[in-house]
Amino acid sequence: MSRRSFITAAAVAACCFSTGSFAANDTLKIGFVGVTSGPAAAWGISNQRSMETRAEWINETGGYSIGDKTYDIEIVAFDDQKDPKRAIAGMEKMAQEGIHYVVGPNVDDGAAAVRPVAEKNGIMYFPYAFPKELYSAPASNAVLGMVANYQSGPAIYKHLMENEGVKKIAFVASNESDPLSQRDSGVEAAKALGLEVVSDSVTYQVDTTDFTPVILPVLKKQPDLLVLSGVSPANAPQLIRSARELGYTGLMSTETAQDAIVLQEGAGDLANGFISVGGASTPELASDMMREFVDRYTKMFGEYNDESNTKVYALEYILETLKANPDGLESVEAFQATMDSFEAPNPYMVGDEKLRYVGMSSFGQKRQVAVPLVVNVFQDGVFETMFVAEVD
Amino acid sequence: MEQILANGLYLGAQYALIALGLTLIFSLMNVLNFAHGQMYVFGGFVTYTVVVQFGLPFIVGLIASAVTLAIIGALIEQYLFRPVIRKSQREESTMLLAAGIAFFLDAVILLLFGEKQRGVPKIVDGVFNWDFRIIMPYDRILICGLAIALIASFILFMQYSKAGRAMRALAQDRVAAQLMGVDVNRYSMLGFALGAMLAGVVGGLLVTITGINLGMGGPTSIKAFLMIMIGGAGVISGAIAGGFILGMMESVGLTALSAYGDITYLVIFASLMVFLAIRPQGLMGKPWG
Repeated sequence: MSRRSFITAAAVAACCFSTGSFAANDTLKIGFVGVTSGPAAAWGISNQRSMETRAEWINETGGYSIGDKTYDIEIVAFDDQKDPKRAIAGMEKMAQEGIHYVVGPNVDDGAAAVRPVAEKNGIMYFPYAFPKELYSAPASNAVLGMVANYQSGPAIYKHLMENEGVKKIAFVASNESDPLSQRDSGVEAAKALGLEVVSDSVTYQVDTTDFTPVILPVLKKQPDLLVLSGVSPANAPQLIRSARELGYTGLMSTETAQDAIVLQEGAGDLANGFISVGGASTPELASDMMREFVDRYTKMFGEYNDESNTKVYALEYILETLKANPDGLESVEAFQATMDSFEAPNPYMVGDEKLRYVGMSSFGQKRQVAVPLVVNVFQDGVFETMFVAEVD
Repeated sequence: MEQILANGLYLGAQYALIALGLTLIFSLMNVLNFAHGQMYVFGGFVTYTVVVQFGLPFIVGLIASAVTLAIIGALIEQYLFRPVIRKSQREESTMLLAAGIAFFLDAVILLLFGEKQRGVPKIVDGVFNWDFRIIMPYDRILICGLAIALIASFILFMQYSKAGRAMRALAQDRVAAQLMGVDVNRYSMLGFALGAMLAGVVGGLLVTITGINLGMGGPTSIKAFLMIMIGGAGVISGAIAGGFILGMMESVGLTALSAYGDITYLVIFASLMVFLAIRPQGLMGKPWG
């Protein structure tokens, strides 16, 4: 064999072997249906990007073993534009593609709208929405992917009562189903804690561009704490800015996750001290794997969103539960049966923390992923940890 | 009360500037530009990119927005609206084209600038506080002043420049203007470019205060249409009046009706329906068009 023929043969062999090794893995499709455009886009984008980052990482390192097979992970994404009709269309698309596990939707009405489609087509879905009926029996297929506002709200108010002397509280919400329901449960929690609710009727349209007239009547009631119920990442900086520019010096908080870059660009230093529910990690809690995830995400997409510290978990829970019971690949009933006793090491936290399903006290069944409740305060362009708690 | 009036004036100035571009295009070409809001958003994103991404001064961003949108407007008029107007007598053809351009611009904005809320840091720090009777950040006062100056410049341009006179002649009677030697194509293109430029400049101005995101185009167009319906479609003074009236109604409503929930725009729309039933041509429009 001449030298040239040898090189050619070696190259052909290398191609064959490499093709062979790629072809060995089956593909496991995991869906995402959520909002990736418009004012609330940051919520869904952090979901989609977290899933894509983790999937690429898994595929690059040889795939994910479930039972006796190894799978490459493919993320099938659908932008529901925060519209329940589109969310239904998205879930139907997932059903048509034979997908049994979907992350999302991101908001209450979308998550409620897809329930019949998911239950009819045998799809487990992981919404970032808070209606209790989605997770309480007889509902069976939804798993809350984060900490709900009725779990985080009381924790924040109590902390601020004890540490900052908060006595009077006011609520402002966008005139949409999610923020309004979050406001109502926030008011209920505040009253239960003995806080004086000085304003809870002011709402604004989601497309409001000037919040000064909106927030003026609320500030006249001089609350110690102003809660921006269910505020979208796009509206938060404008509301904060208007309140501060009108001379409000009290505390401000929300139970929704925010984007530090959006806050910095939109409100700058005026956003300092703003309290929000953060991603489920802090520098003290983060494992090496979480740090690598953040690095990979940042390299792929240019900028990281703290909220992805929570959003990274849903895909991990799906895959680990399937690994614990491979029958879940074909039957969500098998997946559901496994959830009750499921436990696996939490790769994103230091120590002996476990991945496990919780929710017994809020929903009467295990339909929530266990992630730490991290409450952040915004300071000079970054989130700093205020306190960490657990739910359930 | 003083605060409510100040908020209304500020809102009115920015609304009037948004409505001016829309009404200019309508008066010159009888085109309802549904893409006006998207042009506003595009302008905001251009300023954001120049100022935040490239680190250049705000004024450069504003000029970049004006130039970019003027070019986009001119191209849209020359290659899209002009052929459609030439070939079709039906008004809905241009309306459908405008709606299509709105969707197209939404897609382009998503591709070029992404989906996230963006904002330019405050260009002026500090807050004017008159004994807690009027509280107004200096940057809002500056933007309000700039908006009023731009409106005044626009009126002077339309009143005294050759191009302005030609465009007014076109708006009054297209055929007569052509017979008098006005280059219809040239001034239609200039008018459309000017209208788009105004939308871009407002977007650039307001990105420092309200920020900008992909979803703002549609609602902005709706508000702009509200203003020209109040003031009278195709009438410059009507657009200005409509802008200030809507700004004042919004400011008063949000304060006076806050205890009843988010009903300000419900009241505004209901009032507008009654008003249009009585005076369909708006405050300053002519019944014959």
